[in-house]
Amino acid sequence: MADILVVGEILDGSFRKSSLSAVRFAAEVASATGGAFDILVAGDGAAGAAAEAAKYGARKVLSAQIDGGYVAEKVAATVAKAARDGGYAIVTATAGTTGKDLMPRVAAKLGAGVASDIASVSVDGGAITYRRPMYAGNIFGHARVESEVAVVTVRQSEFEPAGEAGGASPIEAAEVVADPAAERVKFVSLESQKSERPDLTEADVVVAGGRALKSAENFGSVLEPLVDALGAAMGASRAACDAGYVPNDLQVGQTGKVVAPKLYVAVGISGAIQHLAGMKGSKTIVAINKDKEAPIAQVADYFLVADLFEAVPALTAAVKKAKA
Amino acid sequence: MKILVPVKRVADPDNANKMKVSADGSSVTSEGLEWKINPFDEYAVEAALRLNEKGGSGDTLGDVIVVSLGPADVATTLRQPLAMGATRGILVEAEDATLDSAAVARALAKLVEKESPDLVLMGKQAVDGDSNTAGQMLAEHLGWPMATFAMSLEVVDGGKALRVGREVDTGVLTLEVTLPAVVTVDLRIVTPTAVKNGVTPADHAYNEGARYASLKGIMQAKKKPIDQIKLADLGVEAKPLVSYAKFEMPPARSGAVTYVESVEQLVEKLKTEAKVL
Ligand SMILES: Cc1cc2nc3c(=O)[nH]c(=O)nc-3n(C[C@H](O)[C@H](O)[C@H](O)COP(=O)(O)OP(=O)(O)OC[C@H]3O[C@@H](n4cnc5c(N)ncnc54)[C@H](O)[C@@H]3O)c2cc1C
Ligand SMILES: Nc1ncnc2c1ncn2[C@@H]1O[C@H](COP(=O)(O)O)[C@@H](O)[C@H]1O
Repeated sequence: MADILVVGEILDGSFRKSSLSAVRFAAEVASATGGAFDILVAGDGAAGAAAEAAKYGARKVLSAQIDGGYVAEKVAATVAKAARDGGYAIVTATAGTTGKDLMPRVAAKLGAGVASDIASVSVDGGAITYRRPMYAGNIFGHARVESEVAVVTVRQSEFEPAGEAGGASPIEAAEVVADPAAERVKFVSLESQKSERPDLTEADVVVAGGRALKSAENFGSVLEPLVDALGAAMGASRAACDAGYVPNDLQVGQTGKVVAPKLYVAVGISGAIQHLAGMKGSKTIVAINKDKEAPIAQVADYFLVADLFEAVPALTAAVKKAKA
Repeated sequence: MKILVPVKRVADPDNANKMKVSADGSSVTSEGLEWKINPFDEYAVEAALRLNEKGGSGDTLGDVIVVSLGPADVATTLRQPLAMGATRGILVEAEDATLDSAAVARALAKLVEKESPDLVLMGKQAVDGDSNTAGQMLAEHLGWPMATFAMSLEVVDGGKALRVGREVDTGVLTLEVTLPAVVTVDLRIVTPTAVKNGVTPADHAYNEGARYASLKGIMQAKKKPIDQIKLADLGVEAKPLVSYAKFEMPPARSGAVTYVESVEQLVEKLKTEAKVL
């Protein structure tokens, strides 16, 4: 039996949907081991987030109001205390930037090993094995965590968001624990660009552009119409982000976001190892590239050898027609 | 300021698709691949050098100490940051297989107690294990504040604090950490104006990326000291908390690429074959 604590993320006072991947993982392990899972939300707006988190079948939801913007030092001690008090075998979160920031800090407090960014889990008797991508997804390791408590972060694209379970979990207050380290860090601001488009990590279709787009203007005038015709999210290669064509948070890859949509269209992207690491789990991959030999061909299902400045507007028109 | 930069060597990341798994699945080998400094660690070295110099003048404002844990031949890896301008090196001898992020973090914590740097600047992740955990664990062991995924750094408060821009899922999160602190760096930390130390002229723009070692730098690096100690000297047990039962290659994508002739044909395939339109 393994009880699991899911650390849910709060964004703008809401329970962040990406956390539902960690909930899915927890529910899977709980049912395989005969344990239970609880959800903890700790941060600003915890009460509201807890009410939302209560919909997903947790045994209970723990809520800890911590004022102000997120920094790990303000939250880690509270999470560690809840983890200890509840005697959980596994403490988990989705491997977004918050989960990756916070959970190793929690692990160090608990003396726990971290299986990070896992793609799947298997339970065999008492042994739990975490399958995780390494070397930019070119090798998968089957990790065992040797410490009494395991800290696990889960890859959002590999764990379907948990669905609502009907009913509502009881909500309890969790004790907020002060941490001296928190006095030496100050949250200043969070700047994010709001977009009407679907979230990159949740979209069914992603259209991503590379260096070949050549400018921010071209992303707007050439790529965006295709993005919108497909009802897609927009992504980009590192080169496009670095050049300032699009914001950094659109980067797909080993060090950007990992996506696995039904359709991924790579426009003017060569397909460097680090880029492939973030998108090769996509179901259908289309490449539009002048160079037939570009490494993106290794993962593409369909490859249109063409100049993107001609092909993309034509494709946009054809998609609109096909969808009409 | 005194900056400690941990650097790891990794199998050439641009050829990560040539990594192999042994027949029994018990180990991975990088045979035939060159060792490279983990790119994020190289960026951390560059950022440390920028923090500690009056840009362009050649004047340095403090020491940059590089440390690597691994077999004795990681000394070769340490020569590169020394040639870029780091002051000295520390080699902590240990077998790679016994080093998970937790062991690395515990060893680094002991070293920090000895060296008392103002800042530990490191990569956000080693691109072999892709764990992204050592920096956060180190900060916790030390009871220090941290800033992970740093894309910009600015010395503020008369040198007592750093203002850090962090690349997060939803945009840029800015925070201020009082030194001493742990900072882990992301890709954009080596863009031309990402690091501001308050001494380098505000309009100084660095070249994109990490600097190359000059010939002079390479010659000087040969004479720079590298202290060699053993993991056990730090009182750290070589016992990883995460072990690997086996390794495997990812399943190959099914089917080869189909080259389509035209936009019309592409749309047709997406509709009827892939059924995604
Ligand atoms: C530590 C590290 C981490 C990294 N992490 C990431 C990551 O997370 N994500 C990522 O994407 N990269 C990452 N990279 C960078 C990666 O190695 C590549 O440099 C980058 O992905 C290249 O971007 P690109 O494909 O847009 O540009 P390029 O490689 O320059 O490719 C441009 C492509 O466009 C094609 N092209 C040019 N003109 C046209 C035209 N008119 N019409 C059609 N096609 C055209 C070319 O044939 C070429 O294939 C990382 C690198 C490092 C060192
Ligand atoms: N063997 C090592 N020697 C020196 N530094 C290391 C070692 N392993 C990890 N690190 C540091 O810890 C960072 C994060 O590593 P990881 O948690 O393994 O992804 C790296 O970017 C390095 O700065």
